[in-house]
Amino acid sequence: MAYSQEKLVEEKVFKDPVHRYVHVRDRVIWDLIGTKEFQRLRRVKQLGTTYLTFHGAEHSRFNHSLGVYEIIRRIIDDVFDGRPEWNSEQRLLSLCAALLHDLGHGPFSHSFEKVFDLDHEAFTQKIILGDTQVNAVLTKVSKDFPKMVAEVIAKTSPNKLVISLISSQIDADRMDYLQRDAYFTGVSYGHFDMERILRVMRPKEDQVVIKQSGMHAVEDYIMSRYQMYWQVYFHPVTRSAEVILTKILHRAKHLYKKGYQFSYEPIHFYSVFDENITLHDYLKLDEAVILYYFQMWEEEEDAILRDLCIRFMDRNLFKYVEFDPAKEYKKLSELSTLFTKAGLDPEYYLVVDSSSDLPYDFYRPGEEEERLPIQLLMKNGEVRELSRESQIVDAISGKRRTDHKLYFPADLLKDDSSKKNIKKQIRNLLDL
Amino acid sequence: MLKDHAKIMQAFAAAGEIVGRKKLQKMIYIAKKVDFPFQERFQFHFYGPYSEELTLRVEELCNMGFLNEVKEKKGGYMQYRYSLTDEGMEFLNMNLVELPALEDCLTDMNSQNARFLELVSTVLFFDELEVEEVKEKIFTLKSKQKYTEEEIQQAYEYIESLKGKVVPV
Repeated sequence: MAYSQEKLVEEKVFKDPVHRYVHVRDRVIWDLIGTKEFQRLRRVKQLGTTYLTFHGAEHSRFNHSLGVYEIIRRIIDDVFDGRPEWNSEQRLLSLCAALLHDLGHGPFSHSFEKVFDLDHEAFTQKIILGDTQVNAVLTKVSKDFPKMVAEVIAKTSPNKLVISLISSQIDADRMDYLQRDAYFTGVSYGHFDMERILRVMRPKEDQVVIKQSGMHAVEDYIMSRYQMYWQVYFHPVTRSAEVILTKILHRAKHLYKKGYQFSYEPIHFYSVFDENITLHDYLKLDEAVILYYFQMWEEEEDAILRDLCIRFMDRNLFKYVEFDPAKEYKKLSELSTLFTKAGLDPEYYLVVDSSSDLPYDFYRPGEEEERLPIQLLMKNGEVRELSRESQIVDAISGKRRTDHKLYFPADLLKDDSSKKNIKKQIRNLLDL
Repeated sequence: MLKDHAKIMQAFAAAGEIVGRKKLQKMIYIAKKVDFPFQERFQFHFYGPYSEELTLRVEELCNMGFLNEVKEKKGGYMQYRYSLTDEGMEFLNMNLVELPALEDCLTDMNSQNARFLELVSTVLFFDELEVEEVKEKIFTLKSKQKYTEEEIQQAYEYIESLKGKVVPV
């Protein structure tokens, strides 16, 4: 029997708090889960620093990847199978792409990528196409199979229907992370009737469409996305932790470039700092490694690196005030000068954080074809864009809410043992 | 601080009014690919490289009153026009970003149509592939646009002309 068709003698099941069970019957999927690159995802948290705000948010990219796989498996096996628009030969491709879609995520994904100008999607491609255990498994299916999987994940595959299952404005990725993140953070947002949505999904030409009768379930899903963004993903305390994390990484790189002698050499970071990181080096980095260095740097001679690491490890985060760049950018300039006079480098201790720093994809009706919209399949066979039918979605995808906050170490500003008058001026400007 | 916002505003100051969100996305992507230091990350979507970060940043600039957005109906869809406001110009004057040759490149791109810029950005997205593979990608992924071999050749020539204008920072 061809490897691609091989089934396990007994179905394997993973207990899962969101989907109850994740079912694996395909040998290829079982083998992929066992690779070292996939197992590495256990050591990368799904929500980065969110656990510092919601203590339950310790779940990993591993949990989420299995969840996305399970959703796709259910769509294909329970809904699409046997429909004339669905080509059953795409089943294994879809399952593999779903399982591996986040393979390239690094430690503390977004902050790490931003500081070092890395792209997890590019690393996903490299892991799938490079000299890895994942590549060896996929190549056993066929020589071209790794490339086919990589193209689906990169959204450059000619098979747009499979892409839209895994990555579109209503896809398995979002449906899993919304529910999983809601479960582990313990918030009451993020819940919607996924079973209903799966039942009304239909393959149509090159995208998945939703039967009109399922519109209200989709409205609920769009509302969940909106609420989870503002209540969980963009929580100001989590953003404070991200600000400090980002500044630690910037400081460490800055010191390295200046030739600073670290008490504890950050050998795992050298190729990242030198901007020539290899796939081998990248796969060695996980959150356990990063946190190990942060703990060591709590005793560094450099006062800024030491202070930021202690803050992060002890959760002594920056405080914040609302900031209106349009009205207050002159005040920001004044504050920056005062921070310098107070002996606090504003590059590290006075930080504006904006909603665009954590990109979240609000639902876009695709007015200028910038994103493919969610399409409803009407009873007469026509397709209509969701916000044209749903007043709720129309309202939510109208004028966007944006947000800016100014972060700073309130404890240092309240410490009057030095530069008392300057700190008082700062406190007045910040209304502390 | 707000440097990334200032860079996008600098792009509007250089290009003047930009008509169409798709065109704006492609202009910034192309500028980034020819080495201008824009920070927004792009992914390939159905219509080519797209950045949610850029979309959000533009929305923030509109909400701040630094960018003016005019929405108008064109045929069956909405079209958006963007230009820098006086307040935006004042902010930019206080937060100048040095981007040599940006004006030259963006003015040139702004004079091209969105269809051609979509092609140029797609060629750049696949710049690690051989020319023949890039053509295959374009004919497959952009089949509805019906690009010709000549247009693809023009896109390559255009990219070279833009690279020639960029001054290393």
